[in-house]
Amino acid sequence: MTISLRINGTDRQIDADPSTPLIYILRNHLGLTGVKLGCGLEQCGACTVIADGATALSCVKTLGEFAGKDITTIEGLATHPVGAAVQKAFVAENAAQCGYCTPGMVSEATALLLRNANPTRAQTIEAMNTHLCRCGSHTRVLKAIERVAGGKVDA
Amino acid sequence: MPNGSLTKQPNLDQWLSIGADGRVLVRTGKVDIGQRISTALLLIAADELDVDPARIDIATVETGVAPDEGITSGSNSMEESGDAVRRATATARKHLLSLAAKQLDADENALEVIDGLIRARATNRSVSYWELAGGKPFAIPVDQSIKGKDPATFRHVGKPATARGMADLVTGNATYVHDMTMPGMLHARVIRPPHYHAKLKNLDDSKAAGLAIVRDGSFVAVAGVDEYAVVKAAERIAAAATWEMGKGLPDGDLFTSITANERISLPVIKGIPVKEPVPPLAQPPKDAAVTHAARYERPYNMHGTIGPSAAMAIFEHSKLTIWSHSQGIYILREAISEALDMPVDDIKIVHTIGAGCYGHNGADDVALDAALVARHHPGTPILLKWTRADEHGWEPYTTAMVMELQASVDKDGKVLAWSHESYGDTHNMRPRSTGNKSGAARLLATRYLSSPVPPPVAAPSMGHHVGIHRNQEPLYNFANQRLVKNLVRGLPLRTSAMRTLGAYANVFALESFIDELAEAAGLDAIEFRIRNLTDERAVTVVKAAAEALYKTPMPDGRGRGFGFARYKNQKTYCAVGIELSVTEAAEVKLHRCVIAADAGEIVDPDGTAAQMEGGVLQAASWTLYEEVKYDRDGVTSRDWDSYPILRFDNVPEIETILMARPGKPFLGAGEASSGPAAAAIANAIKDATGLRLRTLPFTPANIRKAAMDA
Repeated sequence: MTISLRINGTDRQIDADPSTPLIYILRNHLGLTGVKLGCGLEQCGACTVIADGATALSCVKTLGEFAGKDITTIEGLATHPVGAAVQKAFVAENAAQCGYCTPGMVSEATALLLRNANPTRAQTIEAMNTHLCRCGSHTRVLKAIERVAGGKVDA
Repeated sequence: MPNGSLTKQPNLDQWLSIGADGRVLVRTGKVDIGQRISTALLLIAADELDVDPARIDIATVETGVAPDEGITSGSNSMEESGDAVRRATATARKHLLSLAAKQLDADENALEVIDGLIRARATNRSVSYWELAGGKPFAIPVDQSIKGKDPATFRHVGKPATARGMADLVTGNATYVHDMTMPGMLHARVIRPPHYHAKLKNLDDSKAAGLAIVRDGSFVAVAGVDEYAVVKAAERIAAAATWEMGKGLPDGDLFTSITANERISLPVIKGIPVKEPVPPLAQPPKDAAVTHAARYERPYNMHGTIGPSAAMAIFEHSKLTIWSHSQGIYILREAISEALDMPVDDIKIVHTIGAGCYGHNGADDVALDAALVARHHPGTPILLKWTRADEHGWEPYTTAMVMELQASVDKDGKVLAWSHESYGDTHNMRPRSTGNKSGAARLLATRYLSSPVPPPVAAPSMGHHVGIHRNQEPLYNFANQRLVKNLVRGLPLRTSAMRTLGAYANVFALESFIDELAEAAGLDAIEFRIRNLTDERAVTVVKAAAEALYKTPMPDGRGRGFGFARYKNQKTYCAVGIELSVTEAAEVKLHRCVIAADAGEIVDPDGTAAQMEGGVLQAASWTLYEEVKYDRDGVTSRDWDSYPILRFDNVPEIETILMARPGKPFLGAGEASSGPAAAAIANAIKDATGLRLRTLPFTPANIRKAAMDA
């Protein structure tokens, strides 16, 4: 069965079982391995992508559920000024150690700043709270997001 | 002092190559696991060689090519590899200058180097490293006695740096083992028993729906082209498999078992266990004003990597290649050679990044799993990944521990007698072989094969500050110390090395007890510490953290606490201060954290700070939330709901103060802040609520229980 969706700005026809969780399509069919599988249980946030402007977890929800949607993965974020600014800010703050949770965090932060250019610390924490980090880069992630907050895309 | 890594690998060519293309390749045996060792090494090399860091590559760490520097563990990488790379690159620079002096007909002292270009000041003639040595071996030994540069001349060491590879991490371009792909590759998953002691009775092959099943005894795996089809098949096979459950896991009260079970007890003298009878706990001295005793408990914790372990393996023409995120590729190679009855030289292991591991997690086990499947499919690359439930349920945990302390203090606050006994299972089950398949025994799958290797029985670690007795010895100047390690048998869960080994629990206990003792003796806890420290660097760190912690007025309803240790009594000095509150619902909320550390010479200050901060946050997670749960039928902490960890909503503001010690030896920093953080939290809870918590983790349930018992 063929499913149509838009991924990182390109329309795609995916010929795969629609009951496959999206992450396997992204990683194995499209080579978008920046999207990370952490739990497969929608508990850790590592597999976060942006679908129609909102963050979505891709490890359980199926290809069929994403049919027709406009999806941005970590690989496509830099084409948007806010996404590029968030990535730059994460580098400036060295906001990763092992980096495995980082693509999900960067995607979440970008979606947050797209819907709210100037989030309060509490709003940022609320958005990021579904993301687990084991290395303890949390304070750096918050600082990176605050570098971009207030529309400072050149941060 | 000779560098052990250089003694083992004395030739400069084992550490460094100069390319004709203007690139410099630095070799190390230490792997980058997010701790930024590769960044530190390239900053060192850049300064010693006088080349731009951008010219320097850190070589992939693979067996047969990389220097064998044992395991990337114990906060040893800077002292071992950092120092080795410094001496190697300093040797190379000196050698290159002597070659240039001849070629340029100039005095060596009249040469200068700018980004690899050597210039004679008098004549302005020049020759580059790449022309002199490009593509050619040095064929000289590393000068063990060479002095590195004067720290005052450093351009990179000690300055702010962006971690090498950071841009790839934030853009999704970094390739983890999990992301590898090879032509003809099969994905694979393992079907594990319900618990350690279960044996496979029956397997329904039809559930594989045409995918390849590998079965060897009770080891079962499934492989196929489509990853999700493999995932589903593994679930169906697991659901239909039947197992002989045997007696199950011991499910008596854990902390009762730890001090009641059979054990090996050894006195510890100045941080080293000795094979002598344990001295009895003496009666309190006559001039003791206060004698106090307390018992502290720490449950099993897990490494909890965010990315379940994975490995790629290919078995071809009787040779095996494995891509692994193991922290010790040489010891793993030996263990796998034992497990598969293959010559070591027929196995190559290539380190490839994984998610943060924090010690001996599933990385080594999954490498053997992948190899076992690869051996059944010669010529076919196998990418085998553990699931979240595999990692949570089968990784080698850090052992539960009990610490029993007793001390007597005279009327002036002088400690007259001190006793600290620590109990627990082993912290030392990395797959290191001492012959007779002992390495293979430490890899999980071997115990399930049709020719099983029995699970290993741990011997007590006898080194200085290892395992159960790491940081048991106080750095404080206490008289009449009685230290005892107890390696306990018959405990339920598989254990091995996790960040700090026993130091986290011992420092938690010791530094909580210091506060208790100070209070019992009517002394200020910080002043009590300072009074009993003779090491000036320790005092400096304690004072710096205390000053930062107490410099602001504390809002109502909060408490402050403090903890200090020098990791292994020989690495980084670290003091942690915490400000927190405890809610009506008995939840601990962390507000502020101050860290002061003396890590010797600091190469990458931001990287060092990141290690200190990450250590505190991970320890805060262990301290407030974490406990591996199990019952007779197996481990029940199988996901992030049943094993919760710290989230953004409880992350304090952190201020990190690093002491500048240019020219001093490196002191490993990666594990220094964990123990002090735990004690600081416990002491702050006492300050905020009056409750002294001695059983980890400090969950609302444990806090309420402490309140009931108080």
